Amino acid sequence: MSVILILILASLSVAVAFLISFIWAVRSGQYEDTCTPALRILPDDAAEKNSASGSKPKSSNS
Amino acid sequence: MVTVCFHCGEPCAGDAFAQDGKPFCCLGCQTVFHLLQENGLGQFYELNAAPGTRIRATTVAARYAFLDDPVVREKLLDYADDQRARVTLRLPAIHCVACVWLLENLFKLHPGIGRSVVNFTRREATITFAPDRIKLGELAALLASIGYEPELTCAETEAPRPSLVRKKQWLQIGLAAFAFGNIMLMSVPVYLGLDRFNGPWFRVLAGWLSLAMALPVVTYSASDFWRSAWWSLRQRRLTLDVPIALGLAAIYGQSFFEVLAHRGPGYCDSLTGLILFLLCGRVFQQKTHERLIFDRDYKGFFPLAVIRKTPAGEESVPISRLQPGDRLVLRHGELLPADAKLVGGDAWLDYSFVTGEAEPVRCAPGSHLYAGGRQIGGRIEVETVRPVVQSRLAALWDNEAFRKRRDDDLDSLTNRYSRRFTKLVIGLALAAAVFWLFHDAAKALPVFTAVLIVACPCALALAAPLTHGTAQRVLARLNLFLKNARVIERLAQVDTIVLDKTGTLTTADASGVAFISAEGGVRKADLSVEERQWIGSLARHSTHPNSIRIAKSLAVAPRPVSGFQEISGGGIAGEVAGHEIRLGSMAWLEKCGVSGRNRSNPEGSPSAATTLPVGSHTGIAIDGVWRGGFQLENALRPEVEKLVARLGSRFELALLSGDNEREAARFRALFGERATLRFNRSPADKLEFIRELQHGGRRVMMVGDGLNDAGALRQADVGVAVVESLGAFSPASDVILDALQLPRLAEVLAFSRQAARVVRLGFVISALYNLAGLSIAAAGLLAPMVCAVLMPLSSATVLAFACGMTAWSGRRIFALSKPLGASTSPARLREPAVKWIEGA
Repeated sequence: MSVILILILASLSVAVAFLISFIWAVRSGQYEDTCTPALRILPDDAAEKNSASGSKPKSSNS
Repeated sequence: MVTVCFHCGEPCAGDAFAQDGKPFCCLGCQTVFHLLQENGLGQFYELNAAPGTRIRATTVAARYAFLDDPVVREKLLDYADDQRARVTLRLPAIHCVACVWLLENLFKLHPGIGRSVVNFTRREATITFAPDRIKLGELAALLASIGYEPELTCAETEAPRPSLVRKKQWLQIGLAAFAFGNIMLMSVPVYLGLDRFNGPWFRVLAGWLSLAMALPVVTYSASDFWRSAWWSLRQRRLTLDVPIALGLAAIYGQSFFEVLAHRGPGYCDSLTGLILFLLCGRVFQQKTHERLIFDRDYKGFFPLAVIRKTPAGEESVPISRLQPGDRLVLRHGELLPADAKLVGGDAWLDYSFVTGEAEPVRCAPGSHLYAGGRQIGGRIEVETVRPVVQSRLAALWDNEAFRKRRDDDLDSLTNRYSRRFTKLVIGLALAAAVFWLFHDAAKALPVFTAVLIVACPCALALAAPLTHGTAQRVLARLNLFLKNARVIERLAQVDTIVLDKTGTLTTADASGVAFISAEGGVRKADLSVEERQWIGSLARHSTHPNSIRIAKSLAVAPRPVSGFQEISGGGIAGEVAGHEIRLGSMAWLEKCGVSGRNRSNPEGSPSAATTLPVGSHTGIAIDGVWRGGFQLENALRPEVEKLVARLGSRFELALLSGDNEREAARFRALFGERATLRFNRSPADKLEFIRELQHGGRRVMMVGDGLNDAGALRQADVGVAVVESLGAFSPASDVILDALQLPRLAEVLAFSRQAARVVRLGFVISALYNLAGLSIAAAGLLAPMVCAVLMPLSSATVLAFACGMTAWSGRRIFALSKPLGASTSPARLREPAVKWIEGA
């Protein structure tokens, strides 16, 4: 009898966790642009330079 | 095989700018290529063929210096502190995968730039940078120098961001979906009678939990329904949201009461499902609408070409290819496509499209001219200072000043219809509820809600705009442009076609122009080189088909012209090298007091008309003396005979011409006995002729060159302007048709009739659906939630039907006729990436 109570609580808490993560995802802007990410993965990474630390460019003319 | 620029894909004049075996069209493109190679961004060119945009002028950094002004900076920046600043810039040039890649690797070009993120659909880039290493103005200049000029408008910085709205929508749907799923989970045992094993306490617990989960859905997810219902009540207007809000409140109230009274778990599962599906339907409709707008703003090619001045000479270019810094030439009656600076010429600009003020404004050299102004008078030269914004020009064309009254009727008709519809539906719902109250009281409320929801007319509202939007796209592929989608409906109703002769049915080639001297019999004096120069210089100021032909046939080095005037239906006049030159119809020249006497022949014939051979219809007068005339042999456009024969079998035809009757017999043979042929018509006569036809209950389509019969085009139910590759903008017209596609007019009409049929069928489908849905719902056999599922489904059916049928019939009708010669096709200019996305 009380087993069903525990099950309901468990399922609800899992669902609420998902709801919260969904709200976080929307708030952080992940749903704002659903088109560009699809384009972004198309170019192959250039093999020689893809350091995460924004590699130092040689020169600039601005 | 033409070599095209490796960077931007435009044809190259020579290989003066070749580098590493790759051709470039200009120094700008070459510089960008060099810059990207140097910084390890060469991959840009592997992602797409010729991905760049043409770089015409080297960017002057000072042009963006104003961005560093604290006030402007403040407005533009999203975020700023001492170390970092973030700005979101609109870069209309973004068009493909390569653009996204390049802009997101911007940090390789300058050490001061950090992360940059592109939003492709909105054509925006959000860039983080270090303000102490690169100023905002420098950043904008850097972007411009690689071909991504930021679009900076005041409206951009002040308008609220649409993303906030969208975020809220996602949250509302997510919340509703969460509640729906979990309430359903608890309702299933109750439905199946499993709660008997657990005792009555389970039913109570499930009821209270459902109520608790439904509460945020009712208050937050459904908040738009409450707000819009409240708003329409305050405005004392009845919209469908009022009864929907009423229904929602009633269901929640009833559930609350049942749980409180321990009678059952309530209807919270249906309620949350209902709200979820209503929201989904709304998003679906919104997305469809957004897509239509996107197509119009970014893919719609605005049918306007201008003369661009290049070192090599003058060329006609579509405005979508204009860049800031281009030198343009505007002639009488032509429209300025972008904000520009006046360089030379006597500028009188008519801003009536922009401001509604018809009085032309005199502009001094160097002054700023606004897009949408129309030049009155002679040629002027301008330098564009801003990029062309097509959507703004399209809005000008669709300006209220040029709307026909019938459009408004249509709008108000829809409004009236929807009000009546709402009343009808509410009445029906109430009647059904009252009926059930006496037979089965428990069913009254669900039936009331079900009827309201199933009757939602969104499928009805979608049918017409979707079909018209698709049809518009099919036609644009044929270089035929519609002012707005409603024109299709009117095209389908046409039963009479009035054609203009000069420049519409006949070509404007340089061939067939012959000079006939006024002293024909006496002395065969041809035009001297100087005279040819004067006349040619004058003629090139005008966009009248005859002037264009004369200017082309004389082909002289232009001399400056002052005091240029163009009298519609008369002719043109101006002063060249101290001589007053007039070109125009005989009647107009005589009215201007031109005499037959001249210096060399003081005793000459008193009236020029007697000495001129019959048929020469563009007269020349120099210093008030007849000089002779041009005989313009009119060659018909190719396939016009076939077109006239095809149109004649279905429509009433009429030909109006400003010319004399010299060619009457020829056109009589072409048009047949029944058609009306009128010659020597002034623009006012043409307008009057169309008005008479309309009084006789006819739906008239006028086909003309767009400039000299603007009044008639506007009066007609549908005005079609036929333009050569350089189309002078004619806001009075509803349709702009590339002259090369004229023979396809019959197919276009057939296609629009087909489109109108699709709309009507769409109406029938959604009406049938409504009828069936309503009767089942009123009979109490349909739960409100099922209705909410059916509703978006019906919209999807209508959408698929409207788009599919229209595209299919377009392909069928236009495939029958072979494609006509390639012109300056805008299809070539469309962004490849957009196509790619459509395919995905």
